[in-house]
Amino acid sequence: MAGKPKLHYLNARGRMESIRWLLAAAGVEFEEKFIETSKDLEKLRNDGSLMFQQVPMVEIDGMKLAQSRAILSYIAAKYNLYGKDIKERALIDMYIEGVADLNEMIMLLPGCPHDQKDAKITQIKEKTTNRYFTAFEKVIQSHGQDYLVGNTLSRADIQLVELLYYVEELDPSLLANFPLLKALKTRISNVPTVKRFLQPGSQRKPPLGEKAIEEARKVWKF
Amino acid sequence: MAGKPKLHYFNMRGRMESIRWLLAAAGVEFEEKFIDTPDDLEKSKKDGCLMFQQVPMVEIDGMNLVQSRAILNYIAAKYNLYGKDIKERALIDMYIEGVADLNEMIMLLPGCPRDQKDAKITQIKEKTTNRYFPAFEKVLKSHGQDYLVGNTLSRADIQLVELLYSVEELDPSLLANFPLLKALKTRISNLPTVKKFLQPGSQRKPPLDEKAIEEARKVWKF
Repeated sequence: MAGKPKLHYLNARGRMESIRWLLAAAGVEFEEKFIETSKDLEKLRNDGSLMFQQVPMVEIDGMKLAQSRAILSYIAAKYNLYGKDIKERALIDMYIEGVADLNEMIMLLPGCPHDQKDAKITQIKEKTTNRYFTAFEKVIQSHGQDYLVGNTLSRADIQLVELLYYVEELDPSLLANFPLLKALKTRISNVPTVKRFLQPGSQRKPPLGEKAIEEARKVWKF
Repeated sequence: MAGKPKLHYFNMRGRMESIRWLLAAAGVEFEEKFIDTPDDLEKSKKDGCLMFQQVPMVEIDGMNLVQSRAILNYIAAKYNLYGKDIKERALIDMYIEGVADLNEMIMLLPGCPRDQKDAKITQIKEKTTNRYFPAFEKVLKSHGQDYLVGNTLSRADIQLVELLYSVEELDPSLLANFPLLKALKTRISNLPTVKKFLQPGSQRKPPLDEKAIEEARKVWKF
């Protein structure tokens, strides 16, 4: 193995945060090289390190992997967080893609025009309680086990709990009627690697404040 | 095995077409149940077979799988179109996610407001020739092999060639300066299963024309 994975991204959650969570949960130490100016991004592009000229990019095991799903799937498979066979993987994929859909809405909120923001937040809350939380509570209820798939910790548990923390930041009351999700959140948060990641001083990134959004606008020109 | 996979979706390409391509390329016969009216969709939702109340959904091997990526991953793994190890899978994932990004832009074009459409088309063409096609041409050039990954047919070849056909419908001239992509398109199109799928009368769906969009707007009220 060639040393620690090296993450190339802004100093922000964005599309890299799920990767940070998964590596941390798997107990894998990683380095980060932050893109702070447009020049930093240009340099990476000119180096030929970014297959589609985009980040996230992770240097891992001799590869320069781009596309967050490719990176997440590689890490999950490498560290046995992807189920024991293709059917378990299918369930995990179905669950994490649902998580990704809701996460995408929350992630794009800071970029939403001010006059549309309230409507967007209402829509997100509605989908959270009526669609996504309902679906995942039902999964756990159906088997009564401690983990979403195969009675074993997988990326599905990590990625869902990560989402539960974001929803809690948006509105803590949304989790109120979902006791099994609350219990999962507690259980996963107590896994030693996750517990450590949740503490101050870890590589976990804070939510985007107004200042950080302005910085990002300059680098990414939006 | 429980019989043929059954695809639940509208009678159009949308987010199901890549699944049709992959099943067809793998030589797997499948059935389709088309959702023609809002009532059909309501019924499927009430039946509880759509985890997130959405389609695509595919009944396969005793599962009601939703989320197109979960479905595609399962099919690819089951029919050995996903590489021989996790590193090959990582490359395949990186490539197909790039394909998916460009495909998404093209897929959403019919829903684009008329006054924004020309600008959107220009942007798509620019990204096709400056970002995506050069990236894939470079991959083929780097190893000179007949397939994108591991000198073996994989979902990456199928999904890229599907995209090349969509781009050709948008503007045939875009492929002009990419000889290796053109050769890949020809090679993959000549595979017996793919050749059959490309012929009239197969389950491949046509592009959305103005008439079909208008029909859809009436039925689905958007």
